[in-house]
Amino acid sequence: MIVTRKKSFEDIINALGAGSVYILGCSQCATLCRTGGEKEVLEMKDLLEQQKISVTGFFILDPACHKKNSKHLLRNELQNIEQSDHLLVLACGDGLQVVSSLFPKKHAISGTDTLFLGAEEKRGVFTKRCHLCGTCIAEEFNGLCPIGQCPKHMLNGPCGGSMNGYCEVSTDYPCIWEFILESMANRGQQKNLKQFIKPHNWKESFVCSLEE
Amino acid sequence: MQSNMFQELLKQNDFVITAEVGPPKGSDPIKFLEKASHLKGYADAFNVTDNQTAVVRLSSFAGSILLQRNGLQPILQMSCRDRNRIALQSDILGASALDITNILFVTGDHQTMGNHPNAKGVFDIDSIQLIQLAKQLRDKGLFQNGEEIKQGRPEIFIGGVCNPFATPYWYRIQRLEKKADAGAEFIQTQSVFDIQRFASFMDMVIEQGLHKRLFILAGITPIKSKKMLDRMKYHVPGVDIPDEIYTRLASALDFVHESITLTLDLMEQIKKMKGISGVHITALFWEDIIPLLVKESGCYPRPTID
Repeated sequence: MIVTRKKSFEDIINALGAGSVYILGCSQCATLCRTGGEKEVLEMKDLLEQQKISVTGFFILDPACHKKNSKHLLRNELQNIEQSDHLLVLACGDGLQVVSSLFPKKHAISGTDTLFLGAEEKRGVFTKRCHLCGTCIAEEFNGLCPIGQCPKHMLNGPCGGSMNGYCEVSTDYPCIWEFILESMANRGQQKNLKQFIKPHNWKESFVCSLEE
Repeated sequence: MQSNMFQELLKQNDFVITAEVGPPKGSDPIKFLEKASHLKGYADAFNVTDNQTAVVRLSSFAGSILLQRNGLQPILQMSCRDRNRIALQSDILGASALDITNILFVTGDHQTMGNHPNAKGVFDIDSIQLIQLAKQLRDKGLFQNGEEIKQGRPEIFIGGVCNPFATPYWYRIQRLEKKADAGAEFIQTQSVFDIQRFASFMDMVIEQGLHKRLFILAGITPIKSKKMLDRMKYHVPGVDIPDEIYTRLASALDFVHESITLTLDLMEQIKKMKGISGVHITALFWEDIIPLLVKESGCYPRPTID
């Protein structure tokens, strides 16, 4: 899923300035991340109203990133949206931009920071898995990706900063290479341990549109 | 092209000494050159670090040129953190053109560890890929994309680093072998404090025959103060100071004296190890102690090329 984190309420208030607000949530990733599901949208409505900010309406898109469907779902909300000065979007950066493209005259504000493509390991613990690099080479590493999970994208083994199994960047972030090497060793892939992995092709990560 | 003193000394099996001289946090070269010139005759080559620990300093390229102009042989450090394959290849060509022929290729400390943590890291390629690329430029005359080099293949002596104290320990020897396979010719290791672990690592090096393929210089770091000890133990990526060593230094009545004694002890033990071609001294903010260490360890005067 696209993992998001709530922006502070203070930051949201500062971004809004004056005027009324229409709130949009998302039924998928943002709901799973508890940043933009129905519960969070209603909480946001209460908080804004406590600050005497008028909320003209709210809607949970299903999902926000489906442009055509979002347009269809909002067909009965157009008046409420029209009455608002700002659209506060509690979804990922993609959902935000779908909404802003549907309502180009409205001031769209993100209520979240979009962090990464990852998984919820256990309740409330999310980890990055994929860097969206465009050319998947995870099969070289038994399905564990060092581009997604190593902050230095090390493709030929762990750097010298890995201590006690943890990354130099954060002592609570395990080094992915521990798992990759263990997996290779357990499967008897001695050759893979010494295999040179060539420089990555990053070109596909700059692809900006795709037509089937 | 000038002769490569560092490479020649290694080839004639001298016990080689390299020293790190960190460039200044500014553009004034005077103090940097003073610091380096005090070390003239006490080390055979001088590593110029590339924005080490991700802190902005005068560039390693400029620092290397400054040293060379002043009669000191530089080892240019080049990291993958701030430059992509285009810039790295361009710098290798440029270094060779300026007769800077010793290059140490590293991945680099992550930018979030330094003084510009909001910076975007590059990490287009890793250190092993960079070593392989440097070798390809030199030996095959081909750029990374396979295109032929026009007007001159770089003449370089290819170095890499190795941290026997980083986890997983069992893989470090295989990673060193990968570096040798990729094209590394000399290796400078992370600072040695845990001599037992280093000795067992070197046993594996010998077992694999890697000492015949690589000149290995063991890292030595004299620690100047309790403050530096704490910084090294808790904040510098990749450094492993065992608790026993920490306590020995931290509880010493005369910190400096104990630190010098410890460093000389380590140097003596390292000198006796098979497969070691020399030491690489990284005296962080304590470069003026290097002449004493070199003299006391019996490594002075420095050898010359036969």
